[in-house]
Amino acid sequence: MDLYDDFKQREAWALAGGRNAEKSAKLLEGKIFVRDRLDLFFDNGLEIEDGLLAGAEKRVPADAVVTGIGKVDGRMVAMIANDISVKAGSWGYQTMLKITRMQERARELKIPLVYFVDSAGARIDEQKQSYLGRTAWGNIFYNLVQLSGVVPQLCVLFGPSPAGAAYIPGLCDTVVMVDKKATAYVGSPRMAKMAIGEDISEEDLGGARMHCTLSGLGDILVQSDAEAIAVAKTYLGYFPGSWSQTPPIAATAAQAAPPDLEALLPRDQNVPFDIKTLIRALADDDSFLESKELFAKEMTTAFIRLGGRPIGVVANNSKFKGGVLFNDSSDKAARFIWLCNAFNIPLLFLQDISGYMIGSSVEKTGIIRHGAKLLSAVCEASVPRIAVMVRKAYGGGFLAMSGAPTKPDAMLALPTAMPALVGPEAAVNAMYFNQIAELAPADRAAFIKAKRDEYARDINVYSAAADSFASEAVVHPNKLRDELINRFALYALKPTPAIERRNAVHPV
Amino acid sequence: MKKIASPMAGTVWKIVKAPGDAVDYGDTVMILESMKMEIAVEADNRGTVAKILVEEGEVVDQDTPLIELS
Repeated sequence: MDLYDDFKQREAWALAGGRNAEKSAKLLEGKIFVRDRLDLFFDNGLEIEDGLLAGAEKRVPADAVVTGIGKVDGRMVAMIANDISVKAGSWGYQTMLKITRMQERARELKIPLVYFVDSAGARIDEQKQSYLGRTAWGNIFYNLVQLSGVVPQLCVLFGPSPAGAAYIPGLCDTVVMVDKKATAYVGSPRMAKMAIGEDISEEDLGGARMHCTLSGLGDILVQSDAEAIAVAKTYLGYFPGSWSQTPPIAATAAQAAPPDLEALLPRDQNVPFDIKTLIRALADDDSFLESKELFAKEMTTAFIRLGGRPIGVVANNSKFKGGVLFNDSSDKAARFIWLCNAFNIPLLFLQDISGYMIGSSVEKTGIIRHGAKLLSAVCEASVPRIAVMVRKAYGGGFLAMSGAPTKPDAMLALPTAMPALVGPEAAVNAMYFNQIAELAPADRAAFIKAKRDEYARDINVYSAAADSFASEAVVHPNKLRDELINRFALYALKPTPAIERRNAVHPV
Repeated sequence: MKKIASPMAGTVWKIVKAPGDAVDYGDTVMILESMKMEIAVEADNRGTVAKILVEEGEVVDQDTPLIELS
């Protein structure tokens, strides 16, 4: 064969992957072929590809993975994308070489790394050379850890990611999952049946919805490949190329219809309030991207833009479980804070918090450990940080939500704020317990009510927060957006302090 | 039998749905009082209320079944 015909044939064969194979129709059902995904994701497709001809000797096109670099909104992004149509996207020896090389390249070039995962996991027949040594599959996880907090690492889970491969979503910053298609589990349903006698479907064991609702492994649940790709692009828009750069600031535009927050905020403190209403009202139009929407809903974490500047919002949502802090909500907030802090995304805390959950069920499952984790993430955060007392700001919950003693750059308050160590009910019970007990039972109710009213008058934003300078300013809700934009622009000037040490000993 | 369970420990303050009522995802079926907040219990399932398993004023723990759906 002619030299160049031979080359063209080899190249075309590798580029086709398994899309023309008989079995691929079933594997690609309801899915987009890997190279078409990359065309949708990148501005001009994959511009530089490495290792296209790897795996050809063993007749496995590209060894079932596409690695390369392209541009998203004009910025370089590195890509590792499994090809499910080739040997079910499984990992061979060259797959590992290609993946680890692209990881190293992302680190050298300081560009975000995206994993399009759709893989049956390791190939058992290639384990001899790929499993045990210093150059082996496990290097992928080693690199994931080395890269964590250096460049953004985003996982889009289009399909399976079983056993060891499940630690790619496990170690990435954020995981987008396609509903009914993505799965991740340490042991398959067949293994669960064999090893522990459990009868469970793949979807219930490790489906996308389960992970986005219950385990917390998934961050964003989407309905299709195309939606997953669109969300991945949007997500990267909030992030810089690496930890040493700042996030891109979008062209600013005034809100088309600024809402009246005075009317929107309830005045009755015991009525639940969906904090997302406030977040959307403060944010630039169409800039709201929620992380972990379905998991631990009593805490809302979201990316927004304020005057074009990306901001990470951590907010109590009293619409769910009263906004009380639980183990999962503490974990959710702590991880989000670490993520934002790693990549210079300033933090906004919105407080509507009556405290950490109490009772034996949370004590036994470690509310103190998980609560300490949140407190530690808050106190360690060195990016510009503003906290706003929106409604209740009680006790330990107030501290965990970046209260003034945790030294945010600014502690603001709305006139609706209620800062106190505890609410009126608990306070009166604690302060007057003996007196109440001594009263005739008929007189108790009136006494308690009088004392509660007296206490409630004292816990307003003026006596505690404003008078003792616990807050920088009390702000009218309709002025809050501008106040935040101005303050975040100012605090962006501050240097980032680093404490000299190897690592804090984090509570987990 | 599908059941709706308590999202957290608290006291049953108000039962919103009655036996025979149709329930869809996200409907408020009951309101608890906990941590001095009103906590709406939302349906995480769809069906018809077959039986209310608690009474107003009853103290419930997290995951206590509240309503049976058919």
